[in-house]
Amino acid sequence: MATVEQNPLTEGLERLPVHPTTLVIFGGTGDLAKRKLLPAIYNLAHEGALPERFNLIAVSRSDIPHGDYQAMAREVIQEFSRRPPDPKVLDRLLENVRYVPGTFDDDSMYERLKECLEKFDEDGGLVFNRAFYLSTAPQFFSVIVGKLGEHGLNESPESEVRVVIEKPIGTNLAEARELNQAVLSVLREDQVFRIDHYLGKETVQNTMALRFANGLFEPIWNRNYIDYVQITAAEDLGVGTRAGYYDTSGALRDLVQNHMLQLLALLCMEPPVTFSADDVRDEKVKVLHAIHPPTVEEVPDMTVRSQYAQGMSGGQGVPGYLDEADVPKGSRTETFAALRLEVDNWRWAGVPIYLRTGKRLARKITEIAVTLKPVPHLAFEQQGSVGVQPNQLIMTMQPNEGVAISIGAKIPGTRMRIRPVNMEFLYGTAFLSQSPEAYERLILDAMRGDATLFTRVDEVEAQWRIIDPILQGWAQDDSPLPQYPAGSSGPEEANGILREGHRWRTI
Amino acid sequence: MADDLARRADFMDGVWHEQDTTPSDIADALQELLKQRHDEDEGVAPARVLNLVVIADREWRGEILNRLERVGRYHPSRLILCAVERGRTTIDAIATLRMEGDPKPGELALYHEEVLLDVGEQHLPKMDTIVDPLVVSDLATVVWSPHKHDEAVDSLMRLAQVVLIDSEQEPDPATAAARATELEQLSYVVDLAWLRSTPWRERVAATFDPARLRRELGAISAVTVRHRPDSVVTGLLFCGWLASRLGWDPGHVVTHDGGLFGRCHGRRQDVEIKLDPDPTMTAPGLAGITIQTALGTEIDLNRGPGGLSARRRTKDGRESNWTVLGASRGEAGILGEGIRQALLRDPTYEPALEVAQAMLR
Repeated sequence: MATVEQNPLTEGLERLPVHPTTLVIFGGTGDLAKRKLLPAIYNLAHEGALPERFNLIAVSRSDIPHGDYQAMAREVIQEFSRRPPDPKVLDRLLENVRYVPGTFDDDSMYERLKECLEKFDEDGGLVFNRAFYLSTAPQFFSVIVGKLGEHGLNESPESEVRVVIEKPIGTNLAEARELNQAVLSVLREDQVFRIDHYLGKETVQNTMALRFANGLFEPIWNRNYIDYVQITAAEDLGVGTRAGYYDTSGALRDLVQNHMLQLLALLCMEPPVTFSADDVRDEKVKVLHAIHPPTVEEVPDMTVRSQYAQGMSGGQGVPGYLDEADVPKGSRTETFAALRLEVDNWRWAGVPIYLRTGKRLARKITEIAVTLKPVPHLAFEQQGSVGVQPNQLIMTMQPNEGVAISIGAKIPGTRMRIRPVNMEFLYGTAFLSQSPEAYERLILDAMRGDATLFTRVDEVEAQWRIIDPILQGWAQDDSPLPQYPAGSSGPEEANGILREGHRWRTI
Repeated sequence: MADDLARRADFMDGVWHEQDTTPSDIADALQELLKQRHDEDEGVAPARVLNLVVIADREWRGEILNRLERVGRYHPSRLILCAVERGRTTIDAIATLRMEGDPKPGELALYHEEVLLDVGEQHLPKMDTIVDPLVVSDLATVVWSPHKHDEAVDSLMRLAQVVLIDSEQEPDPATAAARATELEQLSYVVDLAWLRSTPWRERVAATFDPARLRRELGAISAVTVRHRPDSVVTGLLFCGWLASRLGWDPGHVVTHDGGLFGRCHGRRQDVEIKLDPDPTMTAPGLAGITIQTALGTEIDLNRGPGGLSARRRTKDGRESNWTVLGASRGEAGILGEGIRQALLRDPTYEPALEVAQAMLR
């Protein structure tokens, strides 16, 4: 039996206790709070997964009373929750919601916030843990953390203080370092939870399950058997209403620097000793460190960027990127990026890893495709069929989460002809549970203090170390940006970074 | 049969039915339905989670189907509902493929298979030979027999990996605990009575989780469980859980003041156990829990709007009240949870059941 120190009552429970917590959302009236955070918090409440005692404080510039904020929260939860809210649960949740108006550099706001936090402690008869969620524009991250420090809100002798930071962590390596230094001058690393919401997706976590819960793959998971790897994150939509943000970011910063490099790290890392936060992150960092960042001179050979031009999507004509609302005239922001990277370690040396992402592509799909080396000798005739193809293992994250293995099979008939067929496993057929929203998992993990699915400071900087030279190389190149028709599989130029015999999978 | 078909016509996608049929004909028909469905649309796939075999009285078949309908996404991927009709000597069957939800273009469309059998009492001892050809191989098979029919359950034990029971349905708690223990020897048991106690167990675990309160676990001196009058087994399982997790030796419970009263022996002191029926309680399960410690702390949890109403009072008289948020799952939610739990393993049920049984001896 477990010792009393370990709480013997938690054994066998699916939902582990979370210490009573007051969650503070900076940017409480923002889009992320409305569409994701508040609905996620409601769903946690609905399922009984929130801490036994829970309070929420929203901080934002708008000067509105508590009541108005509670009404807004009710409205957005009703609109965006993944399940219809139970009115009684919602009422009770909103009873413990407070609103503190003020700008993020305003000292008096932090004093009012402190009073509000202390009032919750006093009324509750205990010291709540504090989790500060920075759902603001990135320029406020260091301001808020600095002010938390100045007002003594960065630590508490009797409870845990944690800070959740949304992406992006800087727009290049120097900025990321500067922000990390600012944050870590006030907080310990174990108090900082840098969100990459991709890591909260069940599908991404399943990558680890596939690799480390199945003996089938490990023996071939190396340079001796794997020819190349492709990671694709394709979207069929354009920039929509996000042009203001997207044009300052582009595909490389928006998806490759964080999500796709995380997928790469999960795919290539060594088995961790345990699945504790630091053991997993240690292994991921080793992979990122083993990636040779391109020199500025190598950038044209290893990368491709492009912009979508007008085309057809879903049977309808759609504008090119430059014709989208709010896109600056003559913008050179890439909406498509493709990279060829290599992980220079014993397991992966010489295996190209291709990353590709873009907007307004033929369809929405996120997948990892691992192509094995071809068989050494072909005894089968190749005429009359597409013939023997190298095996592929395809892990699809969306839209139909699953794993497929392409294998060669005999075509029925009198001749020995082979063509590839798929062995497919679809998560949706085997698990009927609805996956929680990534933010539900991440908010809960942050309150619990489990940092496994959050990005550590050295991971962020290792990611930027790979991306920085590409940004510099692209900045120095003023040749016309290649274009691809909206609704296509991307620019022809993307084929130029492939090694001989390799090809992109059809999007 | 015709009534059922008409009533459920909205959900039908592919249907086959036959009177005086055989298990192998039903299996062939299912195969043909699957093939036809796939020929029509390659973007569909059969759910492959578990087989649920239900043995129920014929007159309650509609009720059972309605209950299963309400479990939503936890609906079994292949349901085999054997409706037992007195005097029947032949088997009638309806096999249906039912699409789940309304998938968006490009998304996977899932369907479930449903086989409704009308059988007679004479079929019960050999139910395994009827069901065997109908279950999907290599999927977990769960047996649920809400109207007893123990002989059918016993015959299905060779096929089943999991038995779903509801110990609250047996009026005598000692008999319920004995049957659950008997089934535990043969298969993994998911007990709906146990699942009704889950939120309470989670909350008590959370209440005592902060380090300073965890120390008080060893000082618990009294536990009072309030329950719907016919939910005494859920109350006993809750007490059995506390006792087994905290290492208390169980003592016997006796009837007292309309409820049950007994003592467990903790390492430092005896623990009074009290189970009080609450006639105002409408839903099955627990109405409230009070835990007292020798240090003077009292913790009270009661059903309330939007969750559980919690109160903690310390020796010096300080009192704190709050709501532990959570929506009621309702009985459909409990059944859905039972189906979901069939694929998980809870190591704490068996020890809790052992203690509950010891308390009833």
